[in-house]
Amino acid sequence: MFSFFKQKLGKQETPETPPQPAEESQAVEVSATPAPLESPEPAPAPVEPSAPLQVAQPQDKPRLSWAERLKAGLAKTRNALGKNLAGLFGGGQIDEDLYEELETVLLTADMGVDATGHLLKNVRDRVSLKGLKDSQELKGALKESLNELIGPLEVPLSLGEHKPFVLMVAGVNGAGKTTSIGKLAKYFQSQGKSVLLAAGDTFRAAAREQLVVWGERNGVQVIAQDSGDAAAVAFDAVNAARARGVDVVIVDTAGRLPTQLHLMEEIKKVKRVVQKADPTGPHEVMLVLDANTGQNAVNQVKAFDDALGLTGLVLTKLDGTAKGGVIAAIAKQRAVPVRFVGVGEGIDDLRPFVAADYVDALFD
Amino acid sequence: MLENLSGRLGGVVKTLRGNARLTEANIQDTLREVRMALLEADVALPVVKQFVADIKVRALGQEVIGSLTPGQALIGVVYEELTKLMGAQNDALNLAAVPPAVVLMAGLQGAGKTTTSGKLAKRLKEEQRKKVLLVSTDVYRPAAIEQLKTLAEQLEIEWFPSDVSQKPVDIAQAALDYAKRHFHEVLIVDTAGRLAIDEAMMAEIKALHAAVKPVETLFVVDAMQGQDAVNTAQAFNETLPLTGVVLTKMDGDARGGAALSVRHITGKPIKFLGVGEKLTGLEPFHPDRMASRILGMGDVLSLIEDVQKTVDEAEALKMMKKVKSGKGFDLEDFKAQIQQMKKMGGMSALLDKLPGMGQLGDIANSQASDKAVARIEGIINSMTPAERRKPELLKASRKRRIAAGAGVSVQEVNRLLNQFEQTQKMMKQFSKGGMAKLMRGMKGMLPGM
Ligand SMILES: Nc1nc2c(ncn2[C@@H]2O[C@H](COP(=O)(O)OP(=O)(O)O)[C@@H](O)[C@H]2O)c(=O)[nH]1
Ligand SMILES: [Mg+2]
Repeated sequence: MFSFFKQKLGKQETPETPPQPAEESQAVEVSATPAPLESPEPAPAPVEPSAPLQVAQPQDKPRLSWAERLKAGLAKTRNALGKNLAGLFGGGQIDEDLYEELETVLLTADMGVDATGHLLKNVRDRVSLKGLKDSQELKGALKESLNELIGPLEVPLSLGEHKPFVLMVAGVNGAGKTTSIGKLAKYFQSQGKSVLLAAGDTFRAAAREQLVVWGERNGVQVIAQDSGDAAAVAFDAVNAARARGVDVVIVDTAGRLPTQLHLMEEIKKVKRVVQKADPTGPHEVMLVLDANTGQNAVNQVKAFDDALGLTGLVLTKLDGTAKGGVIAAIAKQRAVPVRFVGVGEGIDDLRPFVAADYVDALFD
Repeated sequence: MLENLSGRLGGVVKTLRGNARLTEANIQDTLREVRMALLEADVALPVVKQFVADIKVRALGQEVIGSLTPGQALIGVVYEELTKLMGAQNDALNLAAVPPAVVLMAGLQGAGKTTTSGKLAKRLKEEQRKKVLLVSTDVYRPAAIEQLKTLAEQLEIEWFPSDVSQKPVDIAQAALDYAKRHFHEVLIVDTAGRLAIDEAMMAEIKALHAAVKPVETLFVVDAMQGQDAVNTAQAFNETLPLTGVVLTKMDGDARGGAALSVRHITGKPIKFLGVGEKLTGLEPFHPDRMASRILGMGDVLSLIEDVQKTVDEAEALKMMKKVKSGKGFDLEDFKAQIQQMKKMGGMSALLDKLPGMGQLGDIANSQASDKAVARIEGIINSMTPAERRKPELLKASRKRRIAAGAGVSVQEVNRLLNQFEQTQKMMKQFSKGGMAKLMRGMKGMLPGM
């Protein structure tokens, strides 16, 4: 639904990353740094890659032109929400039917029963306080309420003084962690920062190769090991970044569900080991959330926050019909700043989160 | 709020409420709680609305039996309907096709298609000894082909090489040709994740479908998916003739309301549950478990069992009330009682359901075999209605006729009448002295049953 963000912020057409010839794909590094001290297991012997990983560059999806895509996306958005909203804000009296429709809009955006109830009450209060009569005015009141609720989530990521700035990414399987890292690398580089990636998903098949492609697309180095120890990879990456004077190191991790307690322990260990490499880090622990997720997203935020102490969220896949309204529930129950939104699978499809834009996209 | 619902239902009120009926007024609160529980479980709002409306229609006017509160009775109805809506238990693919039987995977990005492809391949190979070929047509997501290849190698299943420079339809076509020539029985075609509104990509999967003509087109859905499940399911269902649904990431703590949304929209069976990343993690679908998971409490099942128990108990009590009311206990009642015992799983189950009588169950159960019950039914069925009402009519000649009709000996008819008399006596005792006396009497009645 948020393809229009692209219009606002995107500079150009679908970004074509020039395909890189195979000889150049040397991005996989195998660090010779010994394993971090903490691992009780014998230090994983660094594995020399027999040959640099040859990773083919995937195709771009068969895309409509930029303008067509935008129009299509917006039309869908209008279809999905517009039907409700045309009647809702089309003028006329504010009555109970209208509130019920309002409730429908909020619930179907995944805001959940609790946040929806909160917002409805808030809107009613505004309506009676200001003596609003017209349904047109209701829209303004609703936007105000929603902005008040999720506005505090808008806290842009700032790198501060840390060098390297260590950013650790976590989330459930398939949320969009690796893709978001690929986009973040581009984002930081466009801000003049140098970037290093750590292939900390040592679990899923070909997860490392996936990150390596993103490394190539960005022209940044990827630290990987064959050891299967995510913490060791992260440790190496932080040290390598420091040694090379890299500004930002981003640590990918395997997807995990909060119910998999051993995996939650494993990711805690990744964080502890990062702290061994840099006692001030990690400077950002980011949870990646799929906008398609329903109320379980709240559980995810709570569980990962309890385990790691989250400092930020990325909300991905807002280019679909899912609205990601669960951030309203998150704002109420465990407010963690939303740093970015993902609006596609391309390298440029990442936007800083702007609450007012998000609210506008929901209701305009 | 879930705790609310749980609490509301948990305190089973043990008072006899007579024959109340469900009314708009007495189900209102519970209905609202059900609506909220479903929404919290991520069942899509339009589906929730329709479900709640249907439940209301079904429930209104229903009798509230025994010690149930109207709310509890309603939950029984909700659980039953939800289970029914979830469809049948399932754990099989339809592979009835001229080999190779093609399975096409479809779904959103990150739903779990590739992992599920691997799991399915393993299952078909190990449980059905099928010769399986895996192929990836995901030329978009970085290393997606590599991922499937790695899985295939782990499973020692053949995979058809593909390359990101190729067109998905060409890959699928080539894989199909290869599978035919090498006598593969099953070809599993993994596809790129796609948004339902991405028209180019939806057209692509339609073309893929046309090219490989799958017998199974599986829609892979993340159990954590929220309200948008209806839109996505609708779009995929309109684009492809789906044959089934796989619900993934069920080892998480999502309540999985998307299952109901998708089922409601597509009407297609849920065939498997994805549980965990290990390639063994594919489980059969159980509608009752899914229903209780969506309703939101691990203890819903036991709760419903309690409700059910109370219902049976109520029926038993109703029977006894009849005796108490002075109306004679005849052979017709006896038969009904025996049939009810059979329905409830034998004497032991009946006794379990009567508070404080569980320990007697064992003795009872050893006697009341299904076969014995069937014989008793047979004998009573051979009697005329008048004989059933007035057993004292049964003299030697009538007994012989009945025995012949039921295919038993006259002794057996006598034994039955004996049991009946004891039960009748017992019922009278019950009406005077209550439960304790009844149970003492019951012990005497059992031998031979
Ligand atoms: N449409 C869309 N797809 C996305 C977005 N972010 C990630 N994806 C896709 O979601 C799928 C899973 O992403 P991936 O980064 O591998 O998830 P991970 O398992 O969390 O690392 C891939 O197919 C990605 O291309 C997004 O913002 N929009
Ligand atoms: Mg990943």
